[in-house]
Amino acid sequence: MTRVFVPRDVVALALGAEKIAAAIAATAKARGADVAIVRNGSRGMFFLEPLIEVETPAGRIAYGPVSPKDVASLFDAGFLNGGTHALRIGKPEDHPYLKRQTRLTFARCGITDPLSLEDYAAHEGWLGLKRAIEIGGAAIIDEITKSGLRGRGGAGFPTGIKWKTVADTKADRKYVVCNCDEGDSGTFADRMVIEDDPYMLIEGMTICGLAVGATKGYVYCRSEYPHGIKAFNEALGHARAAGYLGKDVLGSGHAFDIEMRVGAGAYVCGEETALLESLEGRRGMVRAKPPLPAIHGLFQRPTVINNVLSFAAAPFILAHGAKAYADFGMGRSRGTMPLQLAGNIRYGGLFETAFGLTLGEIVEDIGGGTASGRPVRAVQCGGPLGAYFPPALFDTPFDYEAFAAKDGLIGHGGIVVFDDTVDMLTMARFAMEFCAIESCGKCTPCRIGSTRGQEVIDKILAGTNVDANIRLLEDLCQTMKFGSLCALGGFAPYPVLSALRHYPEDFKPHAVIAAE
Amino acid sequence: MPAVFDVQRAQEIIDAHLALEGPLLPILHAFIEEFGFVDDAAVPQIATALNLSRAEVHGVVTFYHDFRREPAGKHVLKICRAEACQARGSESVARHCLADLGVDWHGTTQDGAITVEPVYCLGLCANGPSALFDEEPIAALTADKLLGVIEEAESA
Repeated sequence: MTRVFVPRDVVALALGAEKIAAAIAATAKARGADVAIVRNGSRGMFFLEPLIEVETPAGRIAYGPVSPKDVASLFDAGFLNGGTHALRIGKPEDHPYLKRQTRLTFARCGITDPLSLEDYAAHEGWLGLKRAIEIGGAAIIDEITKSGLRGRGGAGFPTGIKWKTVADTKADRKYVVCNCDEGDSGTFADRMVIEDDPYMLIEGMTICGLAVGATKGYVYCRSEYPHGIKAFNEALGHARAAGYLGKDVLGSGHAFDIEMRVGAGAYVCGEETALLESLEGRRGMVRAKPPLPAIHGLFQRPTVINNVLSFAAAPFILAHGAKAYADFGMGRSRGTMPLQLAGNIRYGGLFETAFGLTLGEIVEDIGGGTASGRPVRAVQCGGPLGAYFPPALFDTPFDYEAFAAKDGLIGHGGIVVFDDTVDMLTMARFAMEFCAIESCGKCTPCRIGSTRGQEVIDKILAGTNVDANIRLLEDLCQTMKFGSLCALGGFAPYPVLSALRHYPEDFKPHAVIAAE
Repeated sequence: MPAVFDVQRAQEIIDAHLALEGPLLPILHAFIEEFGFVDDAAVPQIATALNLSRAEVHGVVTFYHDFRREPAGKHVLKICRAEACQARGSESVARHCLADLGVDWHGTTQDGAITVEPVYCLGLCANGPSALFDEEPIAALTADKLLGVIEEAESA
């Protein structure tokens, strides 16, 4: 029997993976070939999806991007034995895109069947949890602190300090909440975790539960990820049945269970206090801080709220020790960051690497420039609230502090590339429009400023008092930046101001640009 | 899904969720699943069951984009409008599609077949433009590909 791997990641599904799997099964049957189809996760090389793999005595051999009509010719070429074909990639781990990465968090991604407990255990799964049970709460937090792990959701707050605050706060019950409301355009790493390696998140949250003394965890996932929700709920069921979750986790005497909750299309719920409000069943309105969620969080109880990738880093850190993780990175940005290369980029996908590559290396060397083949004009980093970087700033190293020094943010690691056809005034307007659509309405600068921002940009577009309106826009951005309650209103000015600073030639009426 | 509200069935759904912590969003999601929308008549019913004011429940229903208050078309097409898809031409695909169907964002075609909605990121950001047709994800979208999917669904 030959094992053939056809990914179940939603990128592969969106490009016809179901039809490919069906075609392989039907062709194998018709030709009398003994084939077992495994639905693995994605390797994260999205430019090669659907990327199918065949297990041969020489290792796994990949072919991609495959379309259903290629299946017959793959059989003709003897792909079940690794035969030569125009789509043959060779061993995926030898592909330069994977070879150049440092996969700590995404080490299993694409290799295993995401829902197979057997596969997970065979690839270092649960080692971190087992060690966590052995060493106990204080030592777990010590490891996390020493690893230098900082919140991967965007704010970059030291994870160990957050966990310690919750551990030190006395309460009748505590919570672990995972922020999987990955709303930033250009990001998909959280989605890949819940679809392609869900047990890693379960393990990470359980480690956290043990460390801080919480017995209940929630994963708050956005409703735009229906496939991830389904996969993760299935994984929860298997983990519970096998004793990794429940009243007595792996016989440790500690109870911990996880429930997945689904958002309802509100971007602002990615903000941690809005997320907690939403989990409690209210409008996703931002809370004023303090009190911090670590002290008064979900249902007013001490709550660790972290991003998917922060929890997902915990199993590796516990299994291999803090030093193994902290050895990667630069400055105060330790470990690896799963970069997400997106937008108009030739080699888009997930690229996990230590901090410190420059933006130019990421976009040009790894990403291969634009998919359209035209010159890169702008790169938006850190989602819809992130600044636009022109090629002139490509020497900026990818690290929390270096990006902040250039008035940008790395956020959740999303990198969206635009070619030279982009109109930056339109993108600036979109940032304001998006902020207006998604504003929770609690604070005035965000609620009203975003709508006024659109109107001012419309005036610039129409050629009304252009210079005065550009000054007004800058002033409005300052008000939003310093007067908003949370990052939505506070960071929406970043794309606008960066567009204005780096692309002033676009801030003219479209009629004038056309005439030039 | 039947786009008819049923008070008794609604009560069963509410009762089934009462043991949860913070049950309101799960209840509203279950209503969407069952009825396709949240009927205004459900608001006082939920409020009574959860010991909330009608205003609080109304506030939650109207805050979230997902909780539609009227039935949608037979199919729901969500086209991504976020930056990564825009960088790959999503706005022109969307304009073409909306014009072809004769609707604006959030609109439903006259025959009630399709409702078109904007969505801000489906996590397919390296393979855009992307869309979700009911539960089916579509990447590398072109106007032709999208209209093909719609035609296929209409003829099925």
